[in-house]
Amino acid sequence: MSRLPAGGRVDRGTVLRFSVDGRELTGHPGDTVASAMLAHGIIEVGRSIYRGRPRGIMAAGVEEPNALLQVDGPCSEGMLPATTVELYDGLVASTLSGKGRLDPTPDPAVYDKKFVHTDVLVVGGGPAGVKAAAEASAPGVRVMLVDDQPEPGGELPSDVVVLTRTTAIGSYDDNYVLALERRTDHLGAAAPANVSRQRLWHIRAGRVVLATGAHERPLVFAGNDKPGVMLAGAVRTYLNRYGVAAGSQVVVFTNNDSAYDTVRDLLDAGVEVAAVVDARPEVSVDVDVRILTGSAVINTEGEDRITGVLVRSLEGDAVESFECDLLAVSGGWSPVVHLHSQRQGKLRWDDSIAAFVPDGAVRNQEIVGAANGEGLWPTRALWLVPSDSYDTHFVDLQRDVTVADVWRSTGAGMLNVEHVKRYTSLGTANDQGKTSGVNAIGVIAHALGGSVGEIGTTTYRAPYTPVAFAALAGRERGDLFDPERTTSIHPWHVEHGALFEDVGQWKRPWYFPRDGEDIDAAVARECRAARNGVAFMDASTLGKIEIWGADAGEFLNRIYTNAFKKLKPGHARYGVMCRPDGMIFDDGVTLRLDDNRFFLTTTTGGAAGVLDWLEEWLQTEWPSLDVHCTSVTEQWATIAVVGPRSRDVVSVLAPDLDLSAEAFPFMTFRETTLASGVPARICRISFSGELAYEINVSSWYGLSVWEQVYEAGLPYDITPYGTEAMHVLRAEKGYIIVGQDTDGTVTPHDAGMAWAVSKQKDFVGNRSFSRSDTARADRKQLISLLPTDGTTKLPEGTQIIARDVALTPPVPMLGHVTSSYHSEALGRPFALALVAGGQSRIGETLMAHVGSELVPVQVADLVLYDPEGSRRDG
Amino acid sequence: MADLRRSPLAHLTFPQGLTELPFRTMVNLRVEPSSETAARVEKALGTTLPRQCGQTSEAGSRTVFWLGPDEWLVLADSAEVISELVEALGGEPGSAVDVSANRTIVELSGPFARDVLEKGCPVDLHPREFGPGNAVQTTVGPVPVLLWQTDAETYRLFPRSSFADYLARWLMDAMSEYVPFAPQQQSWRVSGSEPDLGSLDE
Repeated sequence: MSRLPAGGRVDRGTVLRFSVDGRELTGHPGDTVASAMLAHGIIEVGRSIYRGRPRGIMAAGVEEPNALLQVDGPCSEGMLPATTVELYDGLVASTLSGKGRLDPTPDPAVYDKKFVHTDVLVVGGGPAGVKAAAEASAPGVRVMLVDDQPEPGGELPSDVVVLTRTTAIGSYDDNYVLALERRTDHLGAAAPANVSRQRLWHIRAGRVVLATGAHERPLVFAGNDKPGVMLAGAVRTYLNRYGVAAGSQVVVFTNNDSAYDTVRDLLDAGVEVAAVVDARPEVSVDVDVRILTGSAVINTEGEDRITGVLVRSLEGDAVESFECDLLAVSGGWSPVVHLHSQRQGKLRWDDSIAAFVPDGAVRNQEIVGAANGEGLWPTRALWLVPSDSYDTHFVDLQRDVTVADVWRSTGAGMLNVEHVKRYTSLGTANDQGKTSGVNAIGVIAHALGGSVGEIGTTTYRAPYTPVAFAALAGRERGDLFDPERTTSIHPWHVEHGALFEDVGQWKRPWYFPRDGEDIDAAVARECRAARNGVAFMDASTLGKIEIWGADAGEFLNRIYTNAFKKLKPGHARYGVMCRPDGMIFDDGVTLRLDDNRFFLTTTTGGAAGVLDWLEEWLQTEWPSLDVHCTSVTEQWATIAVVGPRSRDVVSVLAPDLDLSAEAFPFMTFRETTLASGVPARICRISFSGELAYEINVSSWYGLSVWEQVYEAGLPYDITPYGTEAMHVLRAEKGYIIVGQDTDGTVTPHDAGMAWAVSKQKDFVGNRSFSRSDTARADRKQLISLLPTDGTTKLPEGTQIIARDVALTPPVPMLGHVTSSYHSEALGRPFALALVAGGQSRIGETLMAHVGSELVPVQVADLVLYDPEGSRRDG
Repeated sequence: MADLRRSPLAHLTFPQGLTELPFRTMVNLRVEPSSETAARVEKALGTTLPRQCGQTSEAGSRTVFWLGPDEWLVLADSAEVISELVEALGGEPGSAVDVSANRTIVELSGPFARDVLEKGCPVDLHPREFGPGNAVQTTVGPVPVLLWQTDAETYRLFPRSSFADYLARWLMDAMSEYVPFAPQQQSWRVSGSEPDLGSLDE
């Protein structure tokens, strides 16, 4: 056992049982898995990823490259540094060879987020951070300190908000800092169920103080990767914080004075220090140990854990060997500049301490302590120890990259550190090169002859330490993944077995299968009901915008391709709007409520975009227009009652209305009070070609009025229908769905709606119609396709080619299918397609490429069902 | 007729600290604040139209929320306010649109209320910056809301009706750390009609 008899910040009175790689071990609260392993004399961990070399615990913090754990649990987690995993009772872990395992089990833990604002954020709870937080603390000033350890390194004023076990992982513009708090990881099975395991803090800070300290670098020599080679600072941390001697016979190899603190503490703890090997020619320290100046460790001995080291003078040839089970190394210290650099903070090379240090802070930030290079030790750069072979001089232990590998990349012509990184994969492991980055630059400089400062660092990117995707997702998983927008009638749809289709964030009924029906049978039945009897659907998801103002008609004239200014109150009109390029952007029916008031509807998915579009024109181009737009999408529930018997149903609901075609013509609307007392606006609008009414009521009454329609329709076997039947019915009439039959390259003319484009007035997109490309006759135009076999339902996206074309690539494509259905009314499948010059090809036979077959298709007029419009009035 | 109404959250059972305040009258008001029309509107309302982001004003049971430089939401107990505002506009530039059913109101109260909101609201809710009488348009989780603080431990959230179910479930989930309660049983979401996608997640 190498737990010292006393000392350390562990609770020796409590014993925690755990296992690593099947070995049953014990430790104490305050231990990490690494410190508890070392207390049992275990330093070896999983072998290295590519070369399978034995490796050991090397560090005591987040920079650890070797000791990676897979920790068991309800959902096992991999790639956790043993140096950062706090011990809990019952912990079961195995060490990894550089690769973790993803557990396919759903993770039952809760991850959440927290958004806070503070005047001052201090990152790092060491002496410099604690001092900065204490100095910032004042009445009325919000100060927050985050630190990745379980306790800060000093006393803090009580008004400082302290987040322990919290790592600042990302630093973004305007002092927006992300920090990950591990709230219950250290509690194991004792973690309370209703508290999130990890929490991602979104912190906005007026001022940020970076007190992130420095990471020690190892030294690069042959066999520097074996178990028993440990950073000198880590050796000291294990001694003082955990009361653990990581070895019993120690050699120290350094190029700076910091390692002598370790030497003194080892001696004080009664641990034998065989020698200090110091690369510097002269050393003035006072320790009672033999110091070999101007020397270097040139190799390690031992098959597994080291048993000794070979030392040679850097100038001479004499080799001396020392027995040891621990080699404490210090190659100098690198300020932790990650968060500074993520904000594009500049660095400069400080030759005296052989480190990149911040070159001034970014705006509203400050860097203090070792993170700013303060208090670091004069260092003699020793980037590699000369040798005959450089094949075991490891630079990046986690990626198994050696000096030989780095030189292979520079030999291949890589001059830039970013290229070397990508060629060798150096610094790309989950430790992100915390111990290897600067050493690699030194090795490159050695090879290329430049200075380290000129070569510079690779880019520091967030996150500073690895973060679980689950923590980034937070609560936005499963049921809370994304908002599901529902209409007021949604409960009825669920109760009546609707299957749903996602339209944007909306849940829309797709179809309502009866027992044993598949989608085809259900949709055919729903279509029959709409064409032969009566059917109803929930159209509440349509976007709705009220437009007020004396210039509202003029405004709509400019926005829509067709005219609205002279539309009479009480009347409705279908409109198409285009982007300035003349391509269809949205469509819908607009009602004129009175002279200065319109009610515009948009596609379900287009609502927000259309309102933005209207506001953009009003605010930037036409601010003098007296027009105000208000979104009222959820104010109204909209129920379409469709089919030859719809008049019978609506007459029961709205007895005050004369529903005759003469008194209530197509494309008009009436305000009325339903028999139930509910105020309603009923429109004669049809998206199916059948006689149809759209009943609009306050969405408070949506469900009730839907049920009223259902009751009134029962004698006619009224049938609820979903979006699939709606698509079939509209396609039979050649009505487009924006975004399905159009894709941003389709003009109203292309879509067979030249009739909707005014020649009398100007509007957004108008000018583009005179462009030669927009005006040419062979543009892809929307037409119907009838497979001549009468049975093939063409897959949407099917390519259309000419009949006699040679099938030698490249085969000229004439167009593609945009919509395809089986038509119950036509008794056959049909499709809508965008086909080059389609409108002049009516009657032609083309070929559709379906799988490996060519299916002959006849080009037909866009409107296949009731082209005369005889069914519109019932 | 009132019994024919159904509020967007009628299907949920709330834990203590969360409730729906349905069926309030709301009017979306647009008017140029420096105009005579605005003065008429203020007279009709009996209070000023707040001129700054975050501000509200009150007159009796009516509250006016700043939504934008020329846009407000007027909250009232009864519907007369709609015609009063239309009358005050007098056909001059502006609009007063009934949006009563466009949103619903969810009230979150308790010593934990701010903590719950801070799980998903990017606004600074520290009492120094935001307190009773303040209201802003923001997001809570992924849901756009008007957020109004009414007293030290009470907030009212105005989501669009279509987002109300998601927002309420989001809030209940966030509250569970502070207010242990049984998971929802009465939601229409658990009636099992959605296709079973297996156990990919939770």
